[in-house]
Amino acid sequence: MSAAFMSLRRCCQRSALLAVAKRPWSSSPAPSPPLHTRFLLFLAQRFYDVEMLLSWGHRQKRMAIHRRNAYYGYTKNLYGADIAAAFYVLSLKGGFRYVGQSEWFRADRRGKFNWDFLNHKDTLLEEVNMSHTVINSGGLGNLEGQTSLRTLSLRGCPEVDDWFLAGLHVFQDSLKELDISHCPRITVGGLAALRNLKGLRRLDVSSLPKVSSPGLVVLLLEEMLPQCQIVATGYDHSLGQFGGGEVEGQREVREATDCVRKEGVL
Amino acid sequence: MSRWRGLQASLRAARGSLRGTQRDAWPRGHAPWSRSLSASTALRNDFFKDLETQLAAARKKASDALPGSSWSPFEANPNLPPERADIVIVGGGVVGWSIAYWLKQKERVREGVRVLVVEKDLTYSQASTVLSAGGIRQQFSLPENIHLSLASAHFMRNINEHLGVLNEDPVDLQFNHSGYLFLATEKAAHIMEENYSTQRKAGAEVSLLSPDQLRGKFPWINTDGVALASYGLQNEGWFDPWTLLNAFRRKAISMGAIQCCGEVTDFKYTTKRILTSNGDEMDLRRIKSVKVQLPGSLQYQPVECAIVVNAAGASSARLTEMLGVGYGGDAAGTQLPVEPRKRYVYVVHCPDGPGLDTPFVIDYSGVYFRREGLGGNYIAGTSPEEGEEPDASNLEVDHQFFEDKVWPSLAHRVPAFEKLKVTSAWAGFYDYNTFDQNAIIGTHPLVTNMYFATGFSGHGLQHAPAAGRSVAELILDGNFTTLDLSGLDFRRILAREPMLERNIV
Repeated sequence: MSAAFMSLRRCCQRSALLAVAKRPWSSSPAPSPPLHTRFLLFLAQRFYDVEMLLSWGHRQKRMAIHRRNAYYGYTKNLYGADIAAAFYVLSLKGGFRYVGQSEWFRADRRGKFNWDFLNHKDTLLEEVNMSHTVINSGGLGNLEGQTSLRTLSLRGCPEVDDWFLAGLHVFQDSLKELDISHCPRITVGGLAALRNLKGLRRLDVSSLPKVSSPGLVVLLLEEMLPQCQIVATGYDHSLGQFGGGEVEGQREVREATDCVRKEGVL
Repeated sequence: MSRWRGLQASLRAARGSLRGTQRDAWPRGHAPWSRSLSASTALRNDFFKDLETQLAAARKKASDALPGSSWSPFEANPNLPPERADIVIVGGGVVGWSIAYWLKQKERVREGVRVLVVEKDLTYSQASTVLSAGGIRQQFSLPENIHLSLASAHFMRNINEHLGVLNEDPVDLQFNHSGYLFLATEKAAHIMEENYSTQRKAGAEVSLLSPDQLRGKFPWINTDGVALASYGLQNEGWFDPWTLLNAFRRKAISMGAIQCCGEVTDFKYTTKRILTSNGDEMDLRRIKSVKVQLPGSLQYQPVECAIVVNAAGASSARLTEMLGVGYGGDAAGTQLPVEPRKRYVYVVHCPDGPGLDTPFVIDYSGVYFRREGLGGNYIAGTSPEEGEEPDASNLEVDHQFFEDKVWPSLAHRVPAFEKLKVTSAWAGFYDYNTFDQNAIIGTHPLVTNMYFATGFSGHGLQHAPAAGRSVAELILDGNFTTLDLSGLDFRRILAREPMLERNIV
């Protein structure tokens, strides 16, 4: 009797599972998405309308990012390329500093900024801070004419990917400092594109989640850019059972960068 | 009925096991429960053990009876293609699936065109796509080729916008943006400069380097004999061809394209006799149906179709032979001049070799190499001389070819490569256009509804996204709208006017 009940219960459990089938999210070990997202995707697999609405939603988000990175041609025609670049940086809630000035022009968290930057016409930008903005490779076209750009900070930008890094070759003579830490889309293929930046002296590649063997990549980068100081913190260089923790790894990398600093021409 | 009786019996058995102590109270005439000689008890016990399978079978029967199930009273082979399709694409490589994707992308109503992709080997063991080195470059001399590569690079830049499917992993092409480096001798330097200006005008980001600049940028290179070098700065590099193929295939199937594993063995066509302006008689053919034979069996399905796209790569010429075009008299000029040519790719390991910034180097002697991964591995090869083409009936690798033809030039160009070890090698086919080594895109003059997208001669992978879009425009819009590839039409083969690439090799 108990055998019959056990088998019946197993069948009922299996049919219950089939009724509420949960598709494993993806092959990556990322945490599974919240319940409402899973429910929407469950519906999307069964109804064309839901699928269409969800893809429209995604497309609208992508289009919004494209629109924010559009070419500021109108501003360029009215005020010149430099003011257009400055306006673009401020519109994306970044900050910049002109050549020869010590004052930084920034936009605050709500997007408001001081319009005094219009007073400096035809002055190139020297330092640009676009951390945590939605700049992408299309938006880089707005900064193309800036031949005196010395520092570019792209910390934590979600849209900066390998194609963006390949597009940085326009700054190959002037760029001295580049910060691309915490960018979730950068991989080794894009880091190989940094070979054109001959003037680079400081490169920050900390905490790039898609770089799988960070120690090796840092060594190869140092070989590729011999005069550049490479900062790569936030990686776990541990070998699993062979020990070695994050702190140790950081110390190794810092020692390596110290050596470069001593040997390299800065 | 018997099941209900069985259920009653099982309940009785349960009650019997509970009241085991009261067995003595039974009259002596009754046999004990466990030792009955009738056969029906055994059946009921088996049914009890098979309860799970019986319930599963009952569930399947119920779901088949409901509408929306694929049950049919006739047993049909599910692997057969449909009986009718609007467009049949012969060849399931990256070009074929790119055309299928763009056709589904450009149809204006849902299920506006029924696209069937026929591929004879779903393991892709001999397909050119997956055996390719995976490079993409804009350094060509023909503007059509430059535009095709540039458009494909722009496609791959936003590949998840184009080929992303809801609830599936995003596409990761593993694109290495390392660029191509072409080296030229003194004699060919002027050709390289002309090509440079063509490429710049078409929008490619290329730079010219003198031998000194070359040595400064890449200290591991030996600039002996090099007068000029051309280096790609953006949109050039290499990627994973299998990922691109699967991305196209997954997206096209999600939009409704149908995949069939089979081989096209025959066509049914109608013939119309026409008079040319000279008074000669020609046969105009129109394909009515395609015979798709299933692999390893005699079963076939004639698929009625309106348009056939020949994206069969190295075996494209076999299809036109089946149609019977290009035989006899003046029609000899209408044969498809595409044949398979075998090319070897060798994987070498050199621990002291060039580092992360190694581009895809192509020497003026024809030898090429590129970095593979981060572990000091490189991929190298060369095109054999015109008269020494290897036998293209199989994919066997000739290792002596590496020692004779590839290694000397490699070691001369990069001194670190004198100490290397060949770890692996493979061979793949080029769909080689013997006429002018460039793609053939367009219709055949004597077959009204066959479109060609073949003859890429080694550039199929890098041109696939843009070429697929152009063929889809040709089919659905009637003419090219984004890129003008009318120069790559079949007409140039009839008129005997080759569109040759002025390479420095």
